[in-house]
Amino acid sequence: MTNDGVDLEKRRFLTLATAAVGAVGAGFVAVPFLGSWNPSEKAKAGGAPVEFNLDKVQVGQMVKVKWRGKPVFVVRRDDNTLGALAANVKELKDANSENAETKQPSYIDSATRSVRPDIAVIVGICTHLGCVPQHKKETEVTWGGGFFCPCHGSKFDLAGRVFSGSPASTNLEVPDYKYLSDSKILIGVPEDGEVA
Amino acid sequence: MGKMTQFMQWIDDRFPATKVWNEHLAQYYAPKNFNFWYFFGSLAMLMLVNQILTGIWLTMNYTPTGEGAYASVEFIMRDVEWGWLLRYMHGVGASGFFVVVYLHMFRGLLYGSFRKPRELVWIFGMIIFVILMAEGFMGYLLPWGNMSYWGAQVIINLFSAIPVVGEDLAVWIRGDFIISGATLNRFFALHVVALPMALLLMVFLHIVALHKVGSNNPDGIDIKKVKDENGIPLDGIPFHPYYTVKDIVGVGVFLFIFCGIIFFSPEMGGYFFEAPNFTPADPLKTPEHIAPVWYFTPYYSILKAVPNQGLGVVAMGLSLVILFFLPWLDRSPVLSIRYKSPIFKVALALFVVCFFILGYLGMLAPNEMRTLVARICTVYYFAFFLLMPWWSQWGTTKPVPERVTH
Repeated sequence: MTNDGVDLEKRRFLTLATAAVGAVGAGFVAVPFLGSWNPSEKAKAGGAPVEFNLDKVQVGQMVKVKWRGKPVFVVRRDDNTLGALAANVKELKDANSENAETKQPSYIDSATRSVRPDIAVIVGICTHLGCVPQHKKETEVTWGGGFFCPCHGSKFDLAGRVFSGSPASTNLEVPDYKYLSDSKILIGVPEDGEVA
Repeated sequence: MGKMTQFMQWIDDRFPATKVWNEHLAQYYAPKNFNFWYFFGSLAMLMLVNQILTGIWLTMNYTPTGEGAYASVEFIMRDVEWGWLLRYMHGVGASGFFVVVYLHMFRGLLYGSFRKPRELVWIFGMIIFVILMAEGFMGYLLPWGNMSYWGAQVIINLFSAIPVVGEDLAVWIRGDFIISGATLNRFFALHVVALPMALLLMVFLHIVALHKVGSNNPDGIDIKKVKDENGIPLDGIPFHPYYTVKDIVGVGVFLFIFCGIIFFSPEMGGYFFEAPNFTPADPLKTPEHIAPVWYFTPYYSILKAVPNQGLGVVAMGLSLVILFFLPWLDRSPVLSIRYKSPIFKVALALFVVCFFILGYLGMLAPNEMRTLVARICTVYYFAFFLLMPWWSQWGTTKPVPERVTH
């Protein structure tokens, strides 16, 4: 054992070990800084599920519900409208919502994009660039009615499926929702989800 | 020894004041043939000071909350003494900053200022440019007008195009499921604290790197090759007083235009301040047409020109990333456009035309014709850079002089 010889190997090891431990420490320190950017409890509460009473919607009508600050369209469709949905198929970009970017729950019917055929629940944010489309009844327009985005002219049918020739390329989002009773839905909770 | 000399001696023994002054100003020799294009570096500095000064004063009355932001900006405009001027200086200053920075960068393209040994000067400059874009984007949300809101909505939604993590990433950036007060607050913190600090650091590094290698010049030749007996470049003149005085003339002319805009047309017909931003942010109602401010529109055009949203985001990102590599893309034997082949002149001219067309189209709602033109220009934009290693060597260059010309 000598004191004057410097063990460079050992020094290198200690330097690397210190650096590694320091890096891990820095990683842990980063957690609160990055985590503080997540939605706060207040924002999450604002994102809580919303209950909606379907009796408020007449046949052919649309009601806007605010969920997570976004407009959700609830439309009551009659048999005529449902017939039109089937007839639209050829004019749609993605009639069966097969595009991987389409956001919709797995438990909805792919033709009507709803749990129950007569009630459509659709997020009212255009998939093109996020504007809010307007509801157009069959009688108001020549293209069968649905949703029309004023920003760049995207058209969607009453199942939120995008028509060919629109700048948007995916269908409107269908949120998670479950029936609490025949006339009540809870938006933001999947069909088999727990009700808090 | 006079009292003043004694005082400076006392300082210099403790801090290298005279040394720094000489190295960077009084004995920093810059080529004597600087022309018009060399005003924009110092003008960018002027704009930086303007933004920082007016920005600090604006924060004194601004409220960074979803509830209070719009009203506080109106308060600044109507009730704060000189508040309207401070805000217009800041808002017009943002556009002015980008005007001079774009011209400053174009000067680099003209005279090959990014070429060896100035690669790091260019890269630091590019980082400054990217930070400026982040400043512009985040600053634009702060007035909390409807265009602020939906512009940010559209841009942050771009991140949700990233596979798998995109949606969560967008929520993380916003701090909410939609743009909200949380988003506004963090953008405010970044806009007034984090990014300006990063900006100042990068400006410092940009200048340190520049003074290490020395300025390029319109002839693109190295003035340090020909020196007098004292080792001073024959074609160099001290930055101070020669270029400080020249730059003050530039500042004078620039301020005529800048003040003219502030006083007579601060909104610049909607180019500097967009009309929908004079109504408060409304999460349930989007403006008829969403377009970014002019300095982002060329990149926005590239984004829109690509038919796939995810790839569009990638293309927009690459259109900036590719600029970082410019020092290694240009393989011409000469630096300055004065001696480059006619092929370079044509290619650069076409690039400028394409850039302007992209910028113009980015402000308009797309239709078939416009999309087609934007696609052609986008292809040219990328071809210009990606094929530069080849085409920059084509054609015959002119002989480069030994000494700078006037």
